[in-house]
Amino acid sequence: MSVDNVTSTFPAADRQRPAPQEGDPLAIQVEDLHKAFRIPTHRVDSLKERMVRPFAARDYKELRALDGVSFEIRQGEFFGIVGRNGSGKSTLLKLLASIYRADRGTIRMAGRLAPFIELGVGFNVELTARENAVLNGVMMGLTPAESRRRLDAVIEFAELEEFIDLKLKNYSSGMLVRLAFSLMLEVDADILLIDEVLAVGDAAFQQKCADAFREMKAAGKTIVLVTHEMTSVEEYCHRAMLINDGEIQQIGDPGEVGRHYLQLNFERGGDAATQHAGDGGEDLPVRMIDARLEGASGSEGRVGTVEHGEEVHLAVELEAREDFKGLDVGFLLANADGVGVATLTAAVGGDGYDRPVAAGQRIVVRSKFENPLGLGHYFVHCGVNRAFEGGIALYVHNAIEFIVYGASPGRGLVALENTTTAEIEGGGSA
Amino acid sequence: MSANPASEPAAALPLRDVHGPSALGGGSRRFFDLLWLTSVTEFKRVYFGTVLGYLWSLIRPLMLFGVLLFVFTQIFRVGTEDVAYYPVLLLMGIVLFTFFQESTTNAVTSVVAQEGVVRKTQFPRLVIPLSTVVTGLLNLVVNLVIVFAFVLAFGVEPAWTWLLFPVALLFLFVLTAAVSMAISALYVRFRDVQIIWMVVAQVLFYGTPILYPVDFKESETFEQLLMINPLAVILEQVRVWVLTEPDAPTAVEAAGGWLGLLPAAAIFVAVCVLGVWVFRREAPRIAENL
Repeated sequence: MSVDNVTSTFPAADRQRPAPQEGDPLAIQVEDLHKAFRIPTHRVDSLKERMVRPFAARDYKELRALDGVSFEIRQGEFFGIVGRNGSGKSTLLKLLASIYRADRGTIRMAGRLAPFIELGVGFNVELTARENAVLNGVMMGLTPAESRRRLDAVIEFAELEEFIDLKLKNYSSGMLVRLAFSLMLEVDADILLIDEVLAVGDAAFQQKCADAFREMKAAGKTIVLVTHEMTSVEEYCHRAMLINDGEIQQIGDPGEVGRHYLQLNFERGGDAATQHAGDGGEDLPVRMIDARLEGASGSEGRVGTVEHGEEVHLAVELEAREDFKGLDVGFLLANADGVGVATLTAAVGGDGYDRPVAAGQRIVVRSKFENPLGLGHYFVHCGVNRAFEGGIALYVHNAIEFIVYGASPGRGLVALENTTTAEIEGGGSA
Repeated sequence: MSANPASEPAAALPLRDVHGPSALGGGSRRFFDLLWLTSVTEFKRVYFGTVLGYLWSLIRPLMLFGVLLFVFTQIFRVGTEDVAYYPVLLLMGIVLFTFFQESTTNAVTSVVAQEGVVRKTQFPRLVIPLSTVVTGLLNLVVNLVIVFAFVLAFGVEPAWTWLLFPVALLFLFVLTAAVSMAISALYVRFRDVQIIWMVVAQVLFYGTPILYPVDFKESETFEQLLMINPLAVILEQVRVWVLTEPDAPTAVEAAGGWLGLLPAAAIFVAVCVLGVWVFRREAPRIAENL
């Protein structure tokens, strides 16, 4: 294994093997899996307490994390599991990884499973990289001798040759991640379970992760990826499964599952959105009456999701409480990370502020654009400024909240209208 | 990645049942490899990790030895001339008991301390407390080299019964491991186990013939009472086998016959069964109880 080998896989993404078909051998078979956690209403955590009151009521609430889950994953399949926080997806992963024991139901697996669900767990910071790497190999089921033989390759890939005998407590976080990642790559396991692995590390590391995923996919490994980031599911997975409240909502095409998931997300998120969108307070000279996202045709009323590439219609109704000579309105479109993506502005009553605004008058602001946004969660902040005197007349944070779904436009914040060509220079044929 | 992406997937692998976490988890070879590797790395870390590394682990029993030797030969006159080799007896007792005490007290919190490993990987749970005992054993072996140097220096003649010493060590190891299993698993649920165990270990120290020889009160009832303690039985046999005092009573003699050893044997078996039972019962749910 070398760096070149891994990084060079990106252009060759096309050589992916065909998705496993119906009838291919199974890698994981799960039948009617149940798991509940008992949460004691009064936790007895000392022996003394148990001795003093041996018959104290052992009341507990039962939290059903998984309720009758059955599915099959074929060998060589890249399978995504998505769900909101607390939906049971991590519990499922821990059951698959033999970290939790199921209450009921069976799990069957073919081949060797990598016993990690997160990068870098099981590292002992008091030990050197060499010792940790060998220990990791043994945890994976290698003999200590085999594990030592692989050591060089691991350290070389992680580019840590000079630091091999340094204790991990003296490592930088970047070095730790490199070591963990290269150990993960060296796992010669048939099945990998990965929990939110893409969420860690800097951009360069995420790129390396992404490349490694493609490589593993191409090598025909069975991979189960648990995440709530739809982009990676749509990018890598053959199939995806949506879990909600411990039950399977849907299994199938990653795109459809992703859409379903985002809608599900928004149903819950909707309540929060209305809380955020206050009317801007009583003292401000402009009041917000309504803010909404309208359907593509403009007639469908309030919606919470927009498909990538469709038209977005934003509509805000304002009421002036005093007379204004001129007003500017603007929307700031921001993504879930709080990064501003674009601003949309207009002058009230035309560019020349031809009509002054009188107290009590209503203003309807409409904005539309063809949706270039990448998939994800977006917020619209709404501001109104006095055009001549200056000063803020209204600012509403998170006035509108919406989710963009659809086929992934690739990496990046937005999809650009573009012309990209690649031609071979010079004439003739080789 | 070494696998050639263009190759066909290997022949279909058979499906096997997954039973969830357990004490041994994932095959016995992996279990023993992990146990050995974690114990040795931990031992090396203590041994070579700091400048005085090993010295620190030796200094505690030696200090204790020095203080106790002074107190019990100069002040209380327990170790008088009627006990041949009292200083070596004291040293041997302290070193063996230190192994028991340090291994078990380290084991109590071990499973909770390894929280990350337990919650995020399929690590055989039993390896965690057992490796503290194996690390302790490695330490003990090194300390015993010094003890035997003392033994020879005090003029004890090597005898064939020295060959029986490992048998005594085996019993001590099994007892220590069983206690460690029980208390480390219980500590996950009951946090006062640590304090309780510290007190119990202290009581055991005085309830084991370390400071005083078994026969020092010349009372049969006293000797028989002591022989209820499995640790006392083990240490007494070590005294007979290694220090080869002609007057020292064997464990059987001290207990007043084989029947007198029954309570100690019963306690030994009970502790072992309890340790295995508690750990096996708790192991599958340790990750969620943490």
